[in-house]
Amino acid sequence: MLSKRIIPCLDVRDGRLTKGIKFKDNVDIGDPVEAAREYYEQGADEIVFYDITASSDKRDIMIDVVRRVAETIFIPFSVGGGIRNLEDMRKVILAGAEKVSVNSAAVNEPEIITQGAKAFGSQCIVLGMDVKKVDVSGKIPSGYEIVIHGGRKFTGIDALWWAKEAERLGAGEICLNSIDADGTQNGYELTLTALISENVRIPVIASGGAGKPEHLAEVLTKGNADAALIASMVHYRTYTIAEIKQYLKEKQIQTRMLW
Amino acid sequence: MIAIINYNAGNITSVARALQNIGQEFIITDDIKKLDAASHVIFPGVGAAGEAMAYLREKKIDLWLKNYIKTGKPLLGICLGTQIILDYSEENDTKCIGLVAGSTKRFPDKLTSGGQALKIPHMGWNSVTFHHSHPVFQNISPDAEFYFVHSYYPAPSDDSAVLGITDYGINFCSVLAVNNLVAMQFHPEKSGRPGLQILRNFCAWGGNA
Repeated sequence: MLSKRIIPCLDVRDGRLTKGIKFKDNVDIGDPVEAAREYYEQGADEIVFYDITASSDKRDIMIDVVRRVAETIFIPFSVGGGIRNLEDMRKVILAGAEKVSVNSAAVNEPEIITQGAKAFGSQCIVLGMDVKKVDVSGKIPSGYEIVIHGGRKFTGIDALWWAKEAERLGAGEICLNSIDADGTQNGYELTLTALISENVRIPVIASGGAGKPEHLAEVLTKGNADAALIASMVHYRTYTIAEIKQYLKEKQIQTRMLW
Repeated sequence: MIAIINYNAGNITSVARALQNIGQEFIITDDIKKLDAASHVIFPGVGAAGEAMAYLREKKIDLWLKNYIKTGKPLLGICLGTQIILDYSEENDTKCIGLVAGSTKRFPDKLTSGGQALKIPHMGWNSVTFHHSHPVFQNISPDAEFYFVHSYYPAPSDDSAVLGITDYGINFCSVLAVNNLVAMQFHPEKSGRPGLQILRNFCAWGGNA
């Protein structure tokens, strides 16, 4: 049967990691290509890059990073951040990424999902969703609202509605980030993850809150996620991906154990 | 010379990069004259059957492949390149190349495993149970997993064409092999070391199963 996927997430600005990841000898890696290689060796099933480069004239640096990553690792990887139109998608895909993820751009202009799916196939288009828990209301019946700009701007869009809408528009996967859980290392937002995952037919990657292997076990079972995104817990080498997978195996959660 | 058939179906470059990594020289082409010089042909592809077939017919690659397969030289199908070597695909109701008898079908809408609804596409890492050994799968652990991403699967009419099966709610044919042809639904170029080993094996294979 299909294995659950463990996916490290790397934030990149101007072609460098925003926070270095720790290598075996405790040396920091700042080069995203070397970091990708390290996680490929550790048994990552996929890698997610978020490009938070602010200035548009520096965005081509990321394309070069994508090209070098594609020459180095032989597992799928996706690139998000700053993807605004079909041309941005094309550049990233031609440079060698399997998938692109759209977040605020899709909120502002949902057709970008359909356009991307038509041009490159649904499997290439990941919808990134940033979600905050709010009071249940007529407008937000699920009690989860879509936020953009790193959680600073509320959109008035219900998260469950948006997930279904994105599937209808042609998204092939959802990367679901809980802004409330993000950075806490106290565990994923299980209720939110289960709600979304059980109501769409496309795979859902849970994101935000991972601090220890137990959190992944929870979100992959109770949360019904198809994949789990991780960051700090592996970046600071508190755990390796292999250790996390070994733990999941003991909990009878199937992941790819041979790489 | 290894040739990768280039057609309007997405990520050819990832196969090229994998071959570079294993130190294999290759050409990428949609020109049948250049394909004639190949000792091994790789038929990759991501995309939809309808558009892919239209492009292949325009370039006469469909007919070229029918002749190529008779030469006994090795052919490797990957993903869409595996689906459209059958007679027919349910995707876009498409008549395909017909190197192997059978059709490509869509996963049933209500796919479940142990009471759990399964997602479509089948996306991620899954294993393959092999019916017998094959030179292209030498030195591959039975526990190895491979990267899949697809909503349709190949269903050859003759069981003897099925080399490996994968469980995703149903058991489907994930690897098929007939004489000098070997074709897989998963992406060896994205399946880490075991995937690279498959490509290495293919490049060293003479075409005798």
